[in-house]
Amino acid sequence: MTALLEVEDLHVAYGAIEAVKGISFNVDEGQVVTLIGGNGAGKTTTLRTLSGLLKPTEGDIRFRGESIKGKAGHEVLRLGIAHAPEGRRIFGRMTIQENLDLGAYARTDDGVSKDQDRVFELFPVLGERRGQNAGVLSGGEQQMLAIGRAMMSRPKLLMLDEPSMGLSPIMMQRIFSVIDELQQAGTTILLVEQNAQAALSLADYGYVIETGHIVLDGRGEDLLHDENVRKAYLGED
Amino acid sequence: MSAEAVEEVAPVLTAQGVTKQFGGLTAVNNVDFEVHEREIVGLIGPNGAGKTTFFNCLTGMVVPTKGLITFRDKQIFGPAPAWRSALLRREHDAHSADRITQIGLARTFQNIRLFPNMTVLENVIVGRHCRTSEGLLSAIGRGPRFHRTEREVRERSRELLAFVGIKRQDDELARNLPYGDQRRLEIARALATDPGLLLLDEPTAGMNPNETRDTMELVKRIRDLGLAVIVIEHDMKFIFNLCDRVAVLVQGQKLVEGTPTEVQGDPRVVEAYLGSPAAGEDES
Repeated sequence: MTALLEVEDLHVAYGAIEAVKGISFNVDEGQVVTLIGGNGAGKTTTLRTLSGLLKPTEGDIRFRGESIKGKAGHEVLRLGIAHAPEGRRIFGRMTIQENLDLGAYARTDDGVSKDQDRVFELFPVLGERRGQNAGVLSGGEQQMLAIGRAMMSRPKLLMLDEPSMGLSPIMMQRIFSVIDELQQAGTTILLVEQNAQAALSLADYGYVIETGHIVLDGRGEDLLHDENVRKAYLGED
Repeated sequence: MSAEAVEEVAPVLTAQGVTKQFGGLTAVNNVDFEVHEREIVGLIGPNGAGKTTFFNCLTGMVVPTKGLITFRDKQIFGPAPAWRSALLRREHDAHSADRITQIGLARTFQNIRLFPNMTVLENVIVGRHCRTSEGLLSAIGRGPRFHRTEREVRERSRELLAFVGIKRQDDELARNLPYGDQRRLEIARALATDPGLLLLDEPTAGMNPNETRDTMELVKRIRDLGLAVIVIEHDMKFIFNLCDRVAVLVQGQKLVEGTPTEVQGDPRVVEAYLGSPAAGEDES
């Protein structure tokens, strides 16, 4: 079986500074795959490149067997890859409803309202305040909107960049159970998360990135019990 | 300074009955709050509880609906004297962010607000300029005093970058820094204003446990410089290990305040915020 997403020898640079230095990894259909690593490792750069926001300098990205390298963001979304970016990036001067509508903008099927109900069920505050400008939401609520907006495209591959950022402990538990449910429903998920403990507990497979290279990979559970990973990323001595 | 000794000292910051309404929504509701010298106070609460709005009230980003806020005996916000209201009809003119920075409050932002297209060093220099007296004429004339001041500002800014642990090129653009370094850079910029009170809004968001631990050490070093610190954070290990005192906001109101141990064990806090310890897997 070919993987849903295949990344091969990907290099990405900001001007003269190379942030991603030749990484390769696969995401199989129906899996939750996580990228973990410290700040500046290149995780966010990788996701931004996959969704067409940055252009790779070398390497290839294949989605369902076809190269999507160099495609623009809207084309990548149409193919079925959605991205809830780091730092939310919601449209503050548009309403919550409009933000969600934009998430579904590229869709032509008639399941949109059902998915919207699902988002409101997961995050009731978004439904209660759907007519308000998204900019008035608190930081954590904006994070919920960013995840909801990404879900609205009903992606085949959902990329979440630190979905738990800014969320209260209760809400963080909910986010992880949402990720679990989405996977049960057949969505493939690529997860970047600083809460490595939670991410690895949930993930089928994980990759550890350091300064632009993949230094370790393995089943989520194995990495969770790996001595080096524990020391470096789970904050345990 | 121990927690017991703190009680004896007059607070540096006092907020009384601070309320902020946005239309019909009361985001902050009659909150009393105090911070003492060299004290680290945590502010926690569910998403949308009003934590950031409370910070915004303290730092002049929004004008409170009512309340009284003083810092080291200087009024930051409060009812204006009657004569001034009558003459100027500008009750809140003193409640501006730049004046509050001048008085000694500095902050970081949850949604990072650096100057993205300025360099790392320039971002810190901007924070320093509220403490220099060089004006437009001096910038045009470029005399020896101007150059000396600029040199001092640069040196101080570099020291601060080292203090917060940013090991990057001075001329790198702020927008190209990873999230964790952007947060540290915001702290350096805030420290450049020589504050007496530093307000940190989710300083460890986007950091892994090791980086979070470094940040905890950084906040302690900042306290040891003689600053008071208020910190909003959802990482409970961070809050409970770092803070002398913790206040919990729920729906705009202060629900509980006390030592980390008191707050951690309070069933109301567990219910509203922490979630039951065993709820890790199910959808509670």
